[in-house]
Amino acid sequence: MLSEEEKREIEAELPHYERRQALCIEALKIVQKHHGWVSDEAVRDVGEFLGMSPHQVDSVATFYNLIYRRKVGRHVIHVCDSVSCWVLGCDAVQDRLCEILGIKPGETTDDERFTLLPIPCLGACDHAPAMLVDKDLHGDLTPDNVEALLERYT
Amino acid sequence: MERPLTELIDLREGPLAREAYEHAGGYEAARRAVCDMPPREVIKTVEDSGLKGRGGAGFLTGMKWGFVPAGDDAPRPRYLICNADEMEPGTFKDRYLMEGNPHQLIEGMIIAAHAIQAEIGYIFLRDEYHRSAEALRRALAEAREAGYLGDSVFGSAFSCDIHLHTSAGRYICGEETALLNALEGRRAVPRAKPPFPPVVGLFGKPTIVNNVETLCCVPHIVSKGSKWFRQLSLTSDGGTKIFGVSGRVKNPGLWELPMGTPLREVIEGHAGGMRGGYRFRGVIPGGASTDFLVEEHLDIPLDFESVQKAGSRLGTGTMIVLDDRTCPVGMVHNLERFFAQESCGWCTPCRDGIPWIQKTLAAIEAGRGRPDDIELLHMHTRHLGPGRTFCAFAPGAMEPLQSALKYFDDDFRRHIADGRCPYNNHQTGNSNGNHHH
Ligand SMILES: Cc1cc2nc3c(=O)[nH]c(=O)nc-3n(C[C@H](O)[C@H](O)[C@H](O)COP(=O)(O)O)c2cc1C
Ligand code: SF4
Ligand code: FES
Repeated sequence: MLSEEEKREIEAELPHYERRQALCIEALKIVQKHHGWVSDEAVRDVGEFLGMSPHQVDSVATFYNLIYRRKVGRHVIHVCDSVSCWVLGCDAVQDRLCEILGIKPGETTDDERFTLLPIPCLGACDHAPAMLVDKDLHGDLTPDNVEALLERYT
Repeated sequence: MERPLTELIDLREGPLAREAYEHAGGYEAARRAVCDMPPREVIKTVEDSGLKGRGGAGFLTGMKWGFVPAGDDAPRPRYLICNADEMEPGTFKDRYLMEGNPHQLIEGMIIAAHAIQAEIGYIFLRDEYHRSAEALRRALAEAREAGYLGDSVFGSAFSCDIHLHTSAGRYICGEETALLNALEGRRAVPRAKPPFPPVVGLFGKPTIVNNVETLCCVPHIVSKGSKWFRQLSLTSDGGTKIFGVSGRVKNPGLWELPMGTPLREVIEGHAGGMRGGYRFRGVIPGGASTDFLVEEHLDIPLDFESVQKAGSRLGTGTMIVLDDRTCPVGMVHNLERFFAQESCGWCTPCRDGIPWIQKTLAAIEAGRGRPDDIELLHMHTRHLGPGRTFCAFAPGAMEPLQSALKYFDDDFRRHIADGRCPYNNHQTGNSNGNHHH
């Protein structure tokens, strides 16, 4: 079941779109904001609320990189793996992050503190390599400075 | 040298607030356009300025606006969409404009909306741009509060509001017809053209899609005139351009410069040249989906026509430099991995071809390449070229590959002959040794 708050937030977007079904992505993002990810039940609930089949909603949900259909940790690290960051050593940064967290890209730590996900160019190429932790952009990363940056995310 | 788009931007101060923007003359152009200029006249002014789209394709902005059906019986509502998806790897200019001066973009959108008589505007922003989203949300609220958006804009008969839509992440959303599907809540696959969006666009209604930087030029054109805009440029393409450089240069960054500034001046002057111990090898001049240029091209002027003549595209004007200690095969592999991952999967040549290319490049980089792989890669670039796929994504993906095969042929062959990557910092095709500095 969608909560009253989720329903209110979705409804608030309705005037901005010509059709109710156009809210699909907004609705999935609202659900994700509240739960951290989008479960099968959430897909069904969003579908019910917007008059779409779960299959229709899921075909949208699975298309987009930032709709998480699996549970993620309390903090999501999006580490850029695109070209400028690659030239400046993002592979070594990513390797180091994996080592610190004890996980592979795409996985979540056992304590559910972090999920590590590679992401295309973050638009911070002049400060490559870059990563986004939750909403914070961090640039000029090196294998030596990433560990300290993660400390504040508990 | 005039820098109309960026002169008010100081990121340390955060986004420019409405008061400061207006103090510097902001919103005067929009007020004049909406209150005193008939839409046709605005379109004519932008047409005369020679403004070409800054989103990559370089289409004439005024001409595009002119395709929207005019007149009282034309379909309504009409939509204006700002393309702020900026996911082209190596590109970081729109973020700067939105974080630094969001009102400039909103003013440009008001003028554009008036020109095409659109009553609804959207800013389609990639989700990762949190700071841009914050800046835009605040600026939109300020503009609404001042009566510059909403019912009767500037007290005129024209009404228009702008809504911020944040995406859910996928490079193909930047393609304008895929963007329309994303805004309609669907999977972002491109649409067949024709019909083109100015006639049949969002929800089937006339729609103009313009890039952030394009729209930011508009208030200045209206306020200072099309002749002034043309003379900002060193060549026939009007205006300034925001150029960016990333890679192993001394001073990576962004600069607003006259259109037509020589490539060498940007890389050696503004970006400070290569870092100590590195030499220039090549550059992708306009984001991931443009062809490499090399040393012999350093003196070309950076405008749409000249870069095209040199065999590449100006694209987004944000360039990625390849140095002599980075493996060109590895770099192209990185690019094609991105394209393989981001292909929307709608048409077979792209969905199947790019992963095949990626695997071939991975094998070459890992020392498992075969002599006929090079011909195979050439074949792919032909099969995925312009006109062979449903949208421009796949031809774009072929640009860095076909030019790398041309300029760095020796590197490809050496990988295959030696059975390993000759750049020791890429031996595994994996880590890229920051140990060099
Ligand atoms: C795969 C692909 C991705 C694109 N991404 C963007 C983008 O992120 N931002 C953008 O402004 N244009 C992008 N474009 C170009 C748009 O389709 C469109 O031409 C542009 O937004 C029009 O605006 P302009 O005329 O002001 O440049 C992309 C095109 C393709 C084929
Ligand atoms: S070329 Fe690629 S991105 Fe474009 S429609 Fe075909 S599969 Fe999709
Ligand atoms: S390539 Fe990593 S931020 Fe642009």
